[in-house]
Amino acid sequence: MLAEEQIQKIELKADEIRKDVIKMLMAAGSGHSAGSLGAADVFATLYFSGGLNWDPTDPWNPDRDRVIVSNGHICPVWYATLAHAGAFSHELLETLRKLGSPLQGHPHYRELPGIENTAGPLGQGLSQAIGQALAARMDTSGYRVYCFLSDGELQEGQNWEALLFAGDNHLHHLTVIIDRNQIQIDGYTEKVMPVEPLVNKLQAFNWQVVEIDGNNVAEIDKALNKIKTTIDLPTVIVAHTIPGKGVEFMEGNYLWHGRVPNPIEGAVALRELRSLWGKIVSESD
Amino acid sequence: MGNIMLSDKLFGRAEMMAVRDGFGDGLFELGRRDKRVVVLTGDVKESTRVERFANAYPDRFIECGVAEQNMMGIAAGLAAAGKIPFVSAYAVFSPGRNWDQLRVSVAYSNLHVIIGGAHTGVSVGPDGATHQALEDLAITRVIPNLTVVVPADYWEAKKATEEAAELKGPVYIRLTREKTPVITRKESPFKIGRAETVRGNGRDAVIAACGPILYEAVMAAEQLSAEGIGVRVINNHTIKPLDREVILTAARECGAVVTAEDHQVAGGMGSAVCELLAQHWPVPVEMVGINDSFGESGTPEELAEKYGLKAKNIVRAVKKVIERKE
Repeated sequence: MLAEEQIQKIELKADEIRKDVIKMLMAAGSGHSAGSLGAADVFATLYFSGGLNWDPTDPWNPDRDRVIVSNGHICPVWYATLAHAGAFSHELLETLRKLGSPLQGHPHYRELPGIENTAGPLGQGLSQAIGQALAARMDTSGYRVYCFLSDGELQEGQNWEALLFAGDNHLHHLTVIIDRNQIQIDGYTEKVMPVEPLVNKLQAFNWQVVEIDGNNVAEIDKALNKIKTTIDLPTVIVAHTIPGKGVEFMEGNYLWHGRVPNPIEGAVALRELRSLWGKIVSESD
Repeated sequence: MGNIMLSDKLFGRAEMMAVRDGFGDGLFELGRRDKRVVVLTGDVKESTRVERFANAYPDRFIECGVAEQNMMGIAAGLAAAGKIPFVSAYAVFSPGRNWDQLRVSVAYSNLHVIIGGAHTGVSVGPDGATHQALEDLAITRVIPNLTVVVPADYWEAKKATEEAAELKGPVYIRLTREKTPVITRKESPFKIGRAETVRGNGRDAVIAACGPILYEAVMAAEQLSAEGIGVRVINNHTIKPLDREVILTAARECGAVVTAEDHQVAGGMGSAVCELLAQHWPVPVEMVGINDSFGESGTPEELAEKYGLKAKNIVRAVKKVIERKE
C-alpha cells in the first residue's frame, strides 16, 4: 500500500507525463491523444510505485519484469514514462515521429531501453507477452510480464486465441491491463463492435479479473499488488479510464482518439494540466 | 558418378525420403544439443514431424492448438526472452494465415524465430488446393530480415534446420509432405545462402531449381545431354539472400536460364532470379512452375504431370530458352 504522500508523487508524475504527451504530439503533428492521456495514471503507477522490477541502467537484465504494450498507438505515454524513469534523455521526446528518431510512430522492439515489443497492428502484444511468460517458466526465472491492451483492440481475434492459451496454461505471472476507455477511431466501442460483457468473457476464458478506476492511483496500486499474490490464474485488470483524461475538451470524446491538438488547443491543454494538481487534491478530499 | 553433390543412387533406384522428416530429425538433434531450442505447433505435430521432439523434450514443446496467429506471437516472445523457437504448421496457415504476425512481431523486430512451412506445392496431393501452399515464397521473400530456404531433399532439410538455429534473425524453411528422391548425400556441402552447382559445366543453358523438383531438373539435364545439349544445374535452395555470384556467373557463361519450382511462377524463386538477371545480366529466361492457378486433389504424380512440373517440361523449357538466345 502506498502512503498518501507517495500517491501524490505518482499523481504529479502522471501529470508531468501528460504534459509531455501533449508537447510531443504537438511537435509531431500527428498521433493519438486520448488513449495516451487516459492511460497516464496506470503507466505512472506501474513504473513509479516501486513494484516493477526494472532498472533503466540495466534495461535488458534477463530477470527483469517485462512490460509489453500491445496498443502501440499510445506509445507517447510509454515514451514519456520511460524518459521520466531515466531510460533515455528527456530531450529525445520531442523527436517523436521524426526521421531518424528511435521514437517511432508505433513502438519498435529495443529501439530504446524498455521497449520490449513491436506494436501497431493491433492484437499482437498478448501473444508476445505469453511467449515471455512461458520462457520465464522454462527458465524458472521469477520475472513478471505485464501487457497493456486497449478495449477496441479486443475486436482482433488473435487476442482471444491468446486469452484461451494463457488461461489454459495457468500463466499466473502474466498480467494484462485493459485500458477500458470505451472509445476507438470510429466511435464508442459498444457502438462500433461491442466487447461487453467483458468481465464475463474474460472469466470464461479462465482469467482472474479485477476491475478498477484506472485514473485512481491508489486503486491501480492496490490491483498491481493483489496480482502478485495469485499462484494459479493469469490476471486481467480492467482499468476503466477516461480517454483524454486531464484535458477537459478531450475527455470522453472519441474524436480525440487519433487527433492531436493544434497550437491553440495545446496551450489550453497545457494550462489545464498545469493546474491539475490542485484539482486532484480537492477531488480526493 | 563421383559427384559429391548428388547421391550415387540417383540414377538407379533413388532412395525415397520425405523433406518433412529431415526437418523433424534436425529438430530432434537440435533439441539434444541446445536447450534454448523450443518447438511450437498448431495441432499438427505428427504431420509436421515435430512429434519426435515433443516426445523427447516435452518441457520445450508448446502445443498452441489451431491458432496460428497466437503461435507466431508466442514464438516472438520466446525469442525475445532468449529461446530459439521453431514454429511448425502447414505453410497455408503459417506463414499464410499469420503473415502479419510474422512481419510485425517477428521480422521487424528481427527475432530469431524459425518457421517450418509444411505441405507446400501441389505435391501435397489429395488434400487439394486449400492445403497446397503455392504462394509462400512470394509472401516470405518480400519481408526484410527474413531468410528463405527451400531444401531439395531429406538431407538438405535436416541441414537447413540445424543451420537455421545458428543464424541470426528469422528464417523460413519450406517443406514438403510426400517421400521424394534423396538427391544429395549426407556429406554433400550445404550452406544457407550458397547455391550449389550440382551438375556439369554445360554452356548451353542453366537450370536453377529449388525443392524436390531439383530431381526433375537433374533428369532433364541428363536427357538433354544425351541429345548433345550441355546444361548446368544449380540447386538454388536459398531464395533470400540469393547467391548472386553463382547465378550471375552461370548466366554469363550459359546465356540462358530456366527456373523450376513447385510454386506460383509469380513471386517465387524464378521471379527472384529474374529480378537479379534483369538488373545485372539480362538473358532469356523460361520459368517452370504454377501459372496463376490453384491446385486440386489428386496424387502428387498426377498433379506434377497436369501442372507441368516434370523433367519433360523442363526439357521443353530449356529448348525454348536456347532458341531465344541472341
